[in-house]
Amino acid sequence: MREIFEATIERLFADLATPAYVMSCEGGEWPAELWAALDESGFTLAGVTEALGGAEASWADMYVLIRAAGRFSVPAPLGEALLGNWLLSRAGLEGRAGAISVAANADLVLEGERVYGTVYSVPWGRNVEAVVAIANSPTGVAHVVLLSRIAASELTLSLNVAGEPRDDLGFTSAQVLAQAPLPGGLDANVLELGGAMLRAAQTAGALHALLDMTANYAGERKQFGKAIGSFQAIQQQLAVFAEQAAAAGIAAEAAFTESSAGLAALTIAAAKISTAEAASVGASIAHSVHGAIGFTEEYPLHLLTRRLWAWRSEFGSASLWSQRLGTQICQGGSDGYWPLLTSHGQQPLTRLASNPV
Amino acid sequence: MAISQFSYSNIPPEAEALRTEVRAFILDTLADYPPTLSAQSWMGFDAEFSKKLGARGWVGMALPKAYGGGEAGPFARYVIIEELLAAGAPVSAHWIADRQSGPLINRFGTEQQKQHFLPAICRGESYFCIGMSEPNSGSDLASIKSTAVRDGDSWLVNGQKVWTTNAHHSQYMIALVRTGEKQAARHEGMSQFIVDLSLPGITIRPIRDLAGGEHFNEVFFDNVRLPADALIGTEGKGWDQVTAELAFERSGPERFLSCMALLKTLIDAVGKSPDALQAREIGRLSAKLLTLRNMSLSVTAQLAAGEHPAWAASCVKDLGNAFEQEIPEVAQLLLETEPRQDGGSEHARVLAYLTQMAPSFSLRGGTREILRGIIARGLGLR
Ligand SMILES: Cc1cc2nc3c(=O)[nH]c(=O)nc-3n(C[C@H](O)[C@H](O)[C@H](O)COP(=O)(O)OP(=O)(O)OC[C@H]3O[C@@H](n4cnc5c(N)ncnc54)[C@H](O)[C@@H]3O)c2cc1C
Repeated sequence: MREIFEATIERLFADLATPAYVMSCEGGEWPAELWAALDESGFTLAGVTEALGGAEASWADMYVLIRAAGRFSVPAPLGEALLGNWLLSRAGLEGRAGAISVAANADLVLEGERVYGTVYSVPWGRNVEAVVAIANSPTGVAHVVLLSRIAASELTLSLNVAGEPRDDLGFTSAQVLAQAPLPGGLDANVLELGGAMLRAAQTAGALHALLDMTANYAGERKQFGKAIGSFQAIQQQLAVFAEQAAAAGIAAEAAFTESSAGLAALTIAAAKISTAEAASVGASIAHSVHGAIGFTEEYPLHLLTRRLWAWRSEFGSASLWSQRLGTQICQGGSDGYWPLLTSHGQQPLTRLASNPV
Repeated sequence: MAISQFSYSNIPPEAEALRTEVRAFILDTLADYPPTLSAQSWMGFDAEFSKKLGARGWVGMALPKAYGGGEAGPFARYVIIEELLAAGAPVSAHWIADRQSGPLINRFGTEQQKQHFLPAICRGESYFCIGMSEPNSGSDLASIKSTAVRDGDSWLVNGQKVWTTNAHHSQYMIALVRTGEKQAARHEGMSQFIVDLSLPGITIRPIRDLAGGEHFNEVFFDNVRLPADALIGTEGKGWDQVTAELAFERSGPERFLSCMALLKTLIDAVGKSPDALQAREIGRLSAKLLTLRNMSLSVTAQLAAGEHPAWAASCVKDLGNAFEQEIPEVAQLLLETEPRQDGGSEHARVLAYLTQMAPSFSLRGGTREILRGIIARGLGLR
């Protein structure tokens, strides 16, 4: 499934998500044409079981879709839709076609069929039709809920550093579109974990594209009578960038591949940390190698670098995930350390209430 | 593009199943092995330990059964060696034979050479060292000057090797020397020989390192007469053979686990209630470790598939060395512990030792700049 997915989506993005199109969507413009194509292809329902209307793809399959979205700076919540639909399906609810996003950070109470409270930093919150979130019943039982955007009574707009919408939505006695108890085996922070995994894959894809772009530029730009890529100082910087890009790619792929039953929490934490570091290093080297042209609006370098700067802090920064991981490691002591690392795919991650996103 | 070489490879279940067994063995054999010794990592020498591993079938385990090996897949070997390294077991005696000399002989050797050398390697009794570097040839390995000249049925070797790890403990060296004309193209005219280090004309002198340890040596060859069958592989193809060897040499878990002992004493010294900085740094390092391990496993899968992942192996080594070298720095950042050569806490002694060892991590097996040069070539820049 992976090969077909990758070939199809890359063609779709190459046609529609051109740099000019990506640029024109920044600031909150909804990419209607691109989304229509995604909807029509059925990609947003890939992770839903067949019984509930999807393709029953695994996270390992969906990895290539999300990585490609990163590579093309796709200005739409494709990963969010995949995650939201996957969670609906896991909770026994039908997948939802159309524009849908997720809220990893929610403060919601579910009373019967009605919700009260706020969801924060929802990607394309102003544009989507529905949002998947976790709400607690008055007795504290976590539920998966599907909220209608037009049912929100309050909308607080904001944009990340790449001009992508990250909006807060408030609900007062809003009727839910669907709801079900959070299924066993999934933690209440499932959307935060899933979101961190999405950003890891997008970052890996964007770094790959950025490295290609930067290595090509170094081969073409001439100074002192030769290509700047022939200078050892430039070569050494690009080698460091390549190592980081390779590390980001494998860390993200591990997170998706090991998330076969639920979400592989420890591996996802490692992926978010590794990709965030790679994003910082890669963006810095790419700009340094490009010189002034890379600092202009016209040259498309910033489409990638500004996304890297945005994504590295979303769904938990490297510091946040490092602190959670480190706390768990210290609590286990040195005897538990290596066994923990070698069974990472099966390891949960202790959630620290003192560290909300 | 080159970075696509890295794709995720899980350890297959049959290899994973060995983990419990090797952990039990380590617990049994190395009970109370102190952190100050495990800090030596793959520089810790203990021939008795190597023989015990050999008896278990854990040395040369990927080699053919006909020569004493286990025909286990590369992932089975990976599980064994990463467990040994994580525990800081003294694996130095057989390390090079297991990692590269055995596979080299198996790949390029004659039937007779395989029968002669491999069974003793697999028993954990036969130790090898790598004779590449010379006083004027470090990074520029192709500039070596030691020679082997045909003399009737044998070869006469003259010259000098240096920095040869374990030459003083090994029975054999696999030496890269010049066998061709001086005018030949840079990478031609070199050949590899299996040199019996007990032969007349060989002088081995340990060189003490900055911490007083004796691990590497200088080795002199003065008209050393080697039999014809000491040549391994093809005459004149030494450079290609060495290059193939380096992918094995540069991608294993020893390229990022050298400071495992310190990471463990650090975790315990910090204790169960870390402050924010301590938790963050330990978490961050551990994430890197997991990622490096996934990269290394990916190269293992490529090697197993018969590919030549020189590019990817260089990535593992360079990133891995930077990671290992960062650990003593982070230990200093997190705790007010003065490193101690003697006295002090165990953590302080491990810190002192590994602070001193760390510079060597990015020298041995190829320097940072040389590795990055290889990576840049893979990016099409050279
Ligand atoms: C602990 C230890 C164990 C070792 N064990 C062995 C062994 O068992 N067998 C063996 O054969 N060798 C061994 N070595 C030697 C090792 O392979 C060499 O140290 C290494 O190849 C570097 O060579 P050099 O020390 O001569 O440094 P040099 O090559 O002189 O390098 C010095 C500096 O110059 C840089 N440099 C050199 N050329 C270039 C270039 N073209 N561009 C940019 N920078 C450059 C290097 O990167 C480095 O920073 C060991 C070394 C150590 C430290």
